Amino acid sequence: MKRANLALLIVLACLAALPLVGGAYALRLGTMACMYAILALSWNVVGGLAGYPSFATAAFFGFGAYATGVLLNAGLPLTVSILAALIGSFVLAGLLGAVLLRLRGHYFAIASLSLVGVLRELVNNATDLTGGGMGLNIPLASGSSIMADALFFFYGMWGLLLATALMVIAVSASKLGFGLVCIRQNETAANMIGLNATLYKSIAFGLSACFVAAAGGLYAAWVHYIDPSDVFDILYSVKPIVMTLMGGLGSPLGAACGAFLYLVLEEVVWRNYIQIHSGVLGVLIVALLLLLPHGLVSLRFRNFWRKAKHV
Amino acid sequence: MLAAQIIINALVLGCLYACIAIGFSLVWGVLNVINLIHGSIIVLGAYLAWGAYQSMAISPWYVLPVAVPVFFVFGYLLQRLLLNRVLHAPVLVTLTLTFGLDLILNNAMIYFFKADYRKLTLKPPMGSVSLFHVVVPVDRLIATVLALALTGLLYLLLRHSRIGRAIVAVRLDRDAAILMGVDVRSIYAIAFGIGAALAGCAGVLMALIFPISALTSSSYLDKAFVVCVLGGLGSVSGALAGGLLLALVEGIGSAAIGPAYATTLSFALLIVFLLFRPQGLLGRKGFE
Amino acid sequence: MSEILRLDRVSRRFSGLQALREVTLGINKGEVLGLIGPNGAGKTTLVNTVCGVTPANSGTITFDGQDITRIKTFQAARLGLSRTFQIVQPFAEFSALDNVAAAALFSQPGESLKSAREEARAHLAFVGLEAQASQSAATLTLAMRKRLELAKALAMKPKLLFLDEVNAGLNSAEVERATKLIHQLAADGITIVMIEHLMKVVLNVCTRIVVLHNGQLIADGEPRDVIKNPAVVDAYLGQQYAQRNAANG
Repeated sequence: MKRANLALLIVLACLAALPLVGGAYALRLGTMACMYAILALSWNVVGGLAGYPSFATAAFFGFGAYATGVLLNAGLPLTVSILAALIGSFVLAGLLGAVLLRLRGHYFAIASLSLVGVLRELVNNATDLTGGGMGLNIPLASGSSIMADALFFFYGMWGLLLATALMVIAVSASKLGFGLVCIRQNETAANMIGLNATLYKSIAFGLSACFVAAAGGLYAAWVHYIDPSDVFDILYSVKPIVMTLMGGLGSPLGAACGAFLYLVLEEVVWRNYIQIHSGVLGVLIVALLLLLPHGLVSLRFRNFWRKAKHV
Repeated sequence: MLAAQIIINALVLGCLYACIAIGFSLVWGVLNVINLIHGSIIVLGAYLAWGAYQSMAISPWYVLPVAVPVFFVFGYLLQRLLLNRVLHAPVLVTLTLTFGLDLILNNAMIYFFKADYRKLTLKPPMGSVSLFHVVVPVDRLIATVLALALTGLLYLLLRHSRIGRAIVAVRLDRDAAILMGVDVRSIYAIAFGIGAALAGCAGVLMALIFPISALTSSSYLDKAFVVCVLGGLGSVSGALAGGLLLALVEGIGSAAIGPAYATTLSFALLIVFLLFRPQGLLGRKGFE
Repeated sequence: MSEILRLDRVSRRFSGLQALREVTLGINKGEVLGLIGPNGAGKTTLVNTVCGVTPANSGTITFDGQDITRIKTFQAARLGLSRTFQIVQPFAEFSALDNVAAAALFSQPGESLKSAREEARAHLAFVGLEAQASQSAATLTLAMRKRLELAKALAMKPKLLFLDEVNAGLNSAEVERATKLIHQLAADGITIVMIEHLMKVVLNVCTRIVVLHNGQLIADGEPRDVIKNPAVVDAYLGQQYAQRNAANG
């Protein structure tokens, strides 16, 4: 195994020890950190490896949240609901991917972005099932103490993150990952050597969606209430991109670290500048894009710059 | 009569949609940048009109001549100082960058004006006229005429002015334009400035019709997306065609299956067009 | 001799431009066929149409007894149709080795990354690039990249190999080296179709020549006969060449 991937697993192992040192607040942050890392690692499969600028993360996050919420309301247990969301979104994204990933560059970006809008409007309109704009209450299953709940969701999210990381590591060492990198470099040539690019891209899109949906599902159960404008927020699409850019494209370790760093920044901003937090976030994004390419992760990033010109 | 009303409404709305999208289309076409800050600029324009009317009772159409230079300079500087630095960056970077800028502008507007919906109500109200037994409010009609005029103005500018020809040249073939001695960076800044000016003016006109709030910026942006893809990038006529098609589809769609599905329908249409006719109805290479 | 590829009245249009007009052509196993013609005659389109990049508008294509008219590019590659590009198409970030390994990996069923890399070494050695194996493809010279293309094509274990101007842009020593490689491949029994402008190479290597002009086949036969064909002289070779050739021959 590559050293960086080993380091990623070690970081995750350290994260698992968080409950030993922190209280409820730390656990809440830890849960968010795991969730963000899941989004960033997942995005990296289609955005980093295959080089397709996907803005669809929010679509699958919301899909997972609602699928899980609806199933929980129908009386199914949490694990079954989340598993269903995971498999459902893999299939959905795989099918959509076969169609949408024929587009490139801006057109793909726009199509993936509008996927978020389509799903949000569908959920908004399916009032009987989802509660529409009124939102959906998720029944509280455990009824145990606050601390036990916090622990439960932390380890739940951590487990999903571990699964995502293992998936990503497996992909990058596999024929699939090798093929995706071929596609990013030269899709025409990739087809020409017998690589079924459509299939590979579909699988990549499916893999990049399924753990995001599972995370969305667990998030829904965690916060007990979701509404379309919350879980289909475009920010869920943009944040993982910013995190991956922060941490260095293409590297799972970088994506995870980017996610943690981003969470810290967000938390600091949120606590100190609640009124202008999204503006400060905007400043951070602009500063990152304009200044960091030659700074912190410049080496990896500059490589990407050259590669991704063809995106 | 209902059908006639739907069609007239769609014509009026379609011109407004075209006006919303035209600056976005120009920037996308010429700079190859999807400008996510476009919706917020429109809202800023609407606030400008609202402020002028509230504080000085200046009607929105008199605000337009002020809005053009103000927003042009705003856009020009934005491009010169920030966006020109990432000209050759991948889609991902330019998109994320304009998203970040949009967060800043949008948050600033919420901070200063609050998120409440404002309404610019002309006093006395202008009433409405009846065309072929179809009722159209006069303020809406004026906005439509002005929107068409702005669109026409852009067409003339691109067609007949030196700057306009240079913009079209850069769009058609950037490298050839550089060889011909066109300063691409400054053309980009000018094109972005024009795009911003058009967005600002569109906002001024929207203030006559729609409630004003920073929260509406994303819906303007969505409309701009859809209009561009439907009509095809790269032409004034394409934006008009896209605007009219979108307004018709929305109008007929909400009459047939309910207004709640109008947005879903337009997004679905967007994806269908992206897949099967990415060049849009009237897509072509130049921008005229 | 049995036929490996048959085109039957194949046509291909590009919005108004008729790139191929009812081309009918059979290629025999083990042949080295020269495909010549002026620029824009449709030579590369012919290759693209057979490989599924630009499918035929009408007509049928049969490869090894199988109808491949509507085949996808990647399927064509797996059937044993392989090609080099006129404009080289390497995976720029990959090493030369991984470029060739990718070709072996995705065209052959059941190949693993490890075995593909081992095979790739042999192919790199064959084209004389073993010393550059770990160098990234972007840093290779044009001649090297052309040979890398060839190694990639060979890694796909082709039954039919299209060589699209492998000699364009090379100096005479490099051309000689490439010609030697092609002879070797032909000796190994690979059927080859080569698009080539250098008549010296064509006459040296090819067992048969077909001439394409404005999307139509205008000549087909033994090299010595084809180059004397008046239609070919008019359309492509030019009077000067014909006279010089007559004087020499």
